[in-house]
Amino acid sequence: MSDLRDLYQTTILDHNKQPRNFRVPAAANREAAGYNPLCGDRVTVHLQLEDGIVKDVGFQGAGCAISTASASLMTQAVKGRSLAEVEKIFDAFHELVTSSPQREIDESGVGKLAVLAGVREYPVRVKCATLAWHTLRAALAGKHEPVRTE
Amino acid sequence: MTAAARHSTAPSLDVAGLRAQFPILARAQRGKRLVYLDSAATAQKPQAVIDAVSRFYEESYASIHRGVYELSESATLLYEGAREKVRSFLGAREAREIVFVRNATEAINLVAWSWGQRNVGAGDEVVVTAMEHHANLVPWQMLCEQQGARLRVLPIRDDGTLELGALPALLSTRTRLVAVSHVSNVLGTINPVREISALAHARGVPVLVDGAQAAPRIPVNVLELGCDFYAVSGHKLYGPSGIGALYARAELLESMPPWQGGGSMIESVSFDKTTFAGIPTRFEAGSPNAEGAIGLGAALDWLNAIGMQHVAEHERELLEYGTRLLDAIPGVRIYGRAQAKTGVLAFSIAGVHPHDVGTVLDGEGVAVRAGHHCAQPLMERYGVAALARASLGIYNDREDLDRLAQAVRKTIELFS
Repeated sequence: MSDLRDLYQTTILDHNKQPRNFRVPAAANREAAGYNPLCGDRVTVHLQLEDGIVKDVGFQGAGCAISTASASLMTQAVKGRSLAEVEKIFDAFHELVTSSPQREIDESGVGKLAVLAGVREYPVRVKCATLAWHTLRAALAGKHEPVRTE
Repeated sequence: MTAAARHSTAPSLDVAGLRAQFPILARAQRGKRLVYLDSAATAQKPQAVIDAVSRFYEESYASIHRGVYELSESATLLYEGAREKVRSFLGAREAREIVFVRNATEAINLVAWSWGQRNVGAGDEVVVTAMEHHANLVPWQMLCEQQGARLRVLPIRDDGTLELGALPALLSTRTRLVAVSHVSNVLGTINPVREISALAHARGVPVLVDGAQAAPRIPVNVLELGCDFYAVSGHKLYGPSGIGALYARAELLESMPPWQGGGSMIESVSFDKTTFAGIPTRFEAGSPNAEGAIGLGAALDWLNAIGMQHVAEHERELLEYGTRLLDAIPGVRIYGRAQAKTGVLAFSIAGVHPHDVGTVLDGEGVAVRAGHHCAQPLMERYGVAALARASLGIYNDREDLDRLAQAVRKTIELFS
């Protein structure tokens, strides 16, 4: 089950079971909703954005282990970061999960998010991994239509 | 248990022999023997069907109905021969009651637009059930929206059976059609179509049946069922994709206006006036999927050689076995517990999202479907976003279900 162990790493299972920042921050001033109609993953991302910094971030919703873990890890990765930094992390993460499975993982841009690299072997699940991220972006941009990844 | 006993179900069904006729099943998935449990989505193709299509391309391919040369004549005979095979398989009276379409979805859309637009008007009603696949729901929603008609829904019980007792009340003076699936693609329920037809006909209401899941699993006889329309998909019947059939009673079909315009479906064309062909040609515009029809005919021959009664028995036996296995696993819940049920096993695992179930099973070489199964209202009725679904085909055996159960246990272990 080596491939599966690559996808469902301990970290991911842990973040799925106990998602971090699974709340709506009290001072949240931005939010966006995301939905993957093919599998029913739903997520809302709530941000407290001040002076170009993500002061606080949380999420709500229900979905598969990959989407939940990704959302949880995301909140850890972006909290306290500037908009420019968040954009960089987004790009690095997106690059990671859509790259070829044979490619070496460059952990420098993504840090702990590297645990999600296993999703590359399961292309159908990439959308699960990126849902929260696209939703985060929509929240930062102040968009109002729900984000969909299909 | 001997290898023979593990693989065979009814003495007359040599599953190992049947499975050997499917080249794709010799392949591995994720390094393990492929356990294909998604036949409700689409069925694999036996060599006989693959050969029939190839042979047509190699030896007989030509234009249907149009050419004056021998090749076209023989191609036409093969195509019309396939139509006759569908007629026979469904137990219809005449071959002209069989319209070739792309799939069951197109068959239903054909009825909605050709028959529906003429017969369902403002204030009228169409009855569907709570377990319908989107193919037998969305066209009626679209029709009702356009015509200013109303959709009424026959509810289901928790065990996945229809509340047949509620049907008479739903059949009002404005009801124009009852649309119902023969077998549910999620719950596996075999619906009492004969009773439904009788009830509806007593009120002068025709019945359309979505037979996409039923035709590959149980014997179908449209005269016995008494329905007015019956839709099937070739790709679920071990035949090619892009071919399906609509059965419609001749009287009804004759009254229906054309659906798609073009070549073949006309009698004569001028800029002043165009007249249309008789049935079923009126509904087959343009060049048909001839190879698809011929492949479908080969698939039906193949099924007939096995005997649909044996196919049904095989599924029934495996369904019981699989149900027992899954019921024995704590945290697994099966959806659809009708007494009359075929080989479709939708299930959930407590605390594990269906998508994750599907991926873990994939890793174990077990192919199942995870999602809403084109039945979102049904998912909502059970309060779930999605379900995993294992479904049986003629090539499945007890070992496949053993592998399914093992994979399910592994999933639970991984997520505990």
